[in-house]
Amino acid sequence: MRRLKAPPASVDVLIIGGGNAALCAAIAARRGGANVVVVEGAPKFYRGGNTRHTRNMRCAHDAATDHLTGPYTEDEFWEDLYRVTEGNTDEQLARFMISRSKDMLGWIAEQGVRFQPSIGGTLSLGRTNSFFLGGGRAMLNTLYRTAENLGVEVFYDTPVTKLEIDGTAFKSATVSVNGKPHVIKANAVVAAAGGFEANIEWLKEGWGETAENFLIRGTPYNRGDVLRMMLDNGAEPIGDPTQCHAVAIDARAPKFDGGIVTRLDCVVFGIVVNKNAERFYDEGEDFWPKRYAVWGRLVAAQPDQIAHIIFDAKSINMFMPSLFPPIQADTIEELAGKLDLPVEALCTTMNEFNEAVQPGVFCHTELDDCRTEGLDPPKSHWARRIDQPPYYAFPVRPGITFTYLGTRVDRDARVQMVSGGPAENIYAAGEIMAGNVLGKGYAAGIGMTIGSVFGRIAGERAAKHARE
Amino acid sequence: MHANEELEEADRLMTICNSCRYCEGLCAVFPAMELRRSFADGDLNYLANLCHNCGACHVDCQFSPPHEFNVNVPKTLAQVRAKSYRSYAWPRMFQPMFDRNGLAIAVVTAISIALFILGFALWHDPKVLWAGGDFYRLMPHKVMVALFGGVSLFALLAFVMGFRNFWKDIGAGETSAGNGKTIWQAMRDAGSLRYLDGAGAGCFNEDEYPTDKRRFYHHLTFYGFMLCFAATSVATIYHYVFDWPAPYGWSSLPKLLGISGGIGLLIGPIGLMREKRRRNPELVEKSQFGMEAAFIVMLFATGLSGLLLMVLRETPAMAIMLAVHLGTVFSLFLTMPYGKFVHGLYRFGALVYYASERSPDPDMSYTSK
Repeated sequence: MRRLKAPPASVDVLIIGGGNAALCAAIAARRGGANVVVVEGAPKFYRGGNTRHTRNMRCAHDAATDHLTGPYTEDEFWEDLYRVTEGNTDEQLARFMISRSKDMLGWIAEQGVRFQPSIGGTLSLGRTNSFFLGGGRAMLNTLYRTAENLGVEVFYDTPVTKLEIDGTAFKSATVSVNGKPHVIKANAVVAAAGGFEANIEWLKEGWGETAENFLIRGTPYNRGDVLRMMLDNGAEPIGDPTQCHAVAIDARAPKFDGGIVTRLDCVVFGIVVNKNAERFYDEGEDFWPKRYAVWGRLVAAQPDQIAHIIFDAKSINMFMPSLFPPIQADTIEELAGKLDLPVEALCTTMNEFNEAVQPGVFCHTELDDCRTEGLDPPKSHWARRIDQPPYYAFPVRPGITFTYLGTRVDRDARVQMVSGGPAENIYAAGEIMAGNVLGKGYAAGIGMTIGSVFGRIAGERAAKHARE
Repeated sequence: MHANEELEEADRLMTICNSCRYCEGLCAVFPAMELRRSFADGDLNYLANLCHNCGACHVDCQFSPPHEFNVNVPKTLAQVRAKSYRSYAWPRMFQPMFDRNGLAIAVVTAISIALFILGFALWHDPKVLWAGGDFYRLMPHKVMVALFGGVSLFALLAFVMGFRNFWKDIGAGETSAGNGKTIWQAMRDAGSLRYLDGAGAGCFNEDEYPTDKRRFYHHLTFYGFMLCFAATSVATIYHYVFDWPAPYGWSSLPKLLGISGGIGLLIGPIGLMREKRRRNPELVEKSQFGMEAAFIVMLFATGLSGLLLMVLRETPAMAIMLAVHLGTVFSLFLTMPYGKFVHGLYRFGALVYYASERSPDPDMSYTSK
């Protein structure tokens, strides 16, 4: 293996992590006049944690732009956030973030990141979310180029193994380079090292054995080691360890890093059954973009954390294609066999569903009048009889995107200590503090907003502190 | 099932890419892909020939190697393209020219230069070979016209037949894809190499810092070639329409066009070769190096021998230079339908088809998030 260069023994601002929040912090700190070192635990290809799988960010704006179809006010953003979190958010901090998000589109563009109109299949986000040209990895590559051109030093394969924190003051971090420990002293530190979704043992602390069956949508490097060190050193936790952005993804996806291509958009076109061939939730509750984030938790609550989306020939071309082809059969009995479901139970479920479907005019772009009657749970919209072979199915499992348990921060992105009050020189940004804003639920692109807004603030404040 | 394993791989990749779509703003390939849900051989050949190999999608891809999905679109489409050139070539018996293209073109060129030298010597007193001055003492104008007119007509016929095979294969034959509007759009896209710039940032070559060098050198090469072609055309008109036989003065139109074109054909190919050698090997289909290098060298040799001929015209080296220049150009035209030149033909066709099938509503109607 190639020998890696060792990082310097001391620096003004040390950034731990290598994603959107870390790079925004690094650029802001460097522009603020500080010497900056970034230590990323992952190898170069996997740098940036979940940022490499993102594609857009949600920022408030007062008017349409080249890439956004209309205005998205601060109030509307707040209402959306309040709705998805069901109030599990720090209102003052969230409103502060939303007001700062207005500047972010311009600031991010100044760092060289380019945007495009919402990409194919994402029409519903065209007004609210700004899409990165080339996706999240393109955005990340640009931030790295900009940071390196400014003189930020970046070290890969350099995980932090220990933090030295004296009371409320950060002293140094120990990193592992080629298996050997190196101590980096810094006047200020920004912890932007992500959540712990790839740490199955930690997930089990909240979820129990259930977590064994979770698929992780991002890299195996999001282990939360830095978050754990922070909490062990007296940082105040915020958020519920079981809360996360979880969606139902194709069960055939790899354990880690399957990313966007394993997502399935077809729940509204069929029914979803568990391993006992029973339905368990209203598939037609609302538009898919508004409800897709509930299905990860719903499937997690089913036996063996597995479910199957079943639909027929009418719907096969009505949604975005995905990585794996659907499982196909000419009869329900054959499909049950292929899915390893109890045949009689599946036939019964299908018959009950088909008989409960009321006549209506199907229209998947509005809340139509195709619904079931006398069925529990009901299917409130887009309910059509499933009777036109071939029949299709996608097996799904919970796909964990990112976790919400983190460190409490103030509006300067300063970490709050259990002992009371803020840390002197410790800042946090991104997923590691997402729980301050996002206590529950999810709205597309909000993780990137949290990362950019608090990353920039953390970098600016850390640079200021380091120079004083 | 697909015709070969390159097409199998391209199908696998397009299925992944169509589920992701993050790259759709980078070039024409991905929007064209989104118009399809499954990919037949013709679809993949179309997408492959639409790809300009700028590399942006590879640098931006979260699934490129070492990721287990092993997505390498530029390289895979380059492999598919290479196979498609062979399969479209007419007549079929010349298809093996693509197998060891660098060698084949070198042999054809060497033979044709040798034949010109031999021809000059046999037709005339061998002493003429060592005297400077008049080209037509070595080879009468009519013979030159017959020879190069003949080889040009053959190349043109081979292009037409190859293009027909391509057009039919990609499914454009059944539509009215080729019309004034789509051809004009394709001329603008091809003329500016619109899709060789990573949607404005530049092309990725040796590292993750994009540059515009490949596009710049390609412009020098292409427009240099066109200027040389224009020089010959103008001279032909002078000869037949105005009865002004060569040679022409330094400030004449054929000379000015030829000199500027020749300079383009010197700098452009050198730059292209330099960038090619520095290119990230991950993006490159190595087996195509011979074909690509042969074409670059042939264009360079055409430019260099043309300029040398002009400079050495009044010296004893003239006859040999003339044989080298005419032999090179003859071989260039003869082998054009069986080498890298066809990339321009099929890419232009793909751009025409893309202009015709481009959806006015890029979002289509999928409900998604």
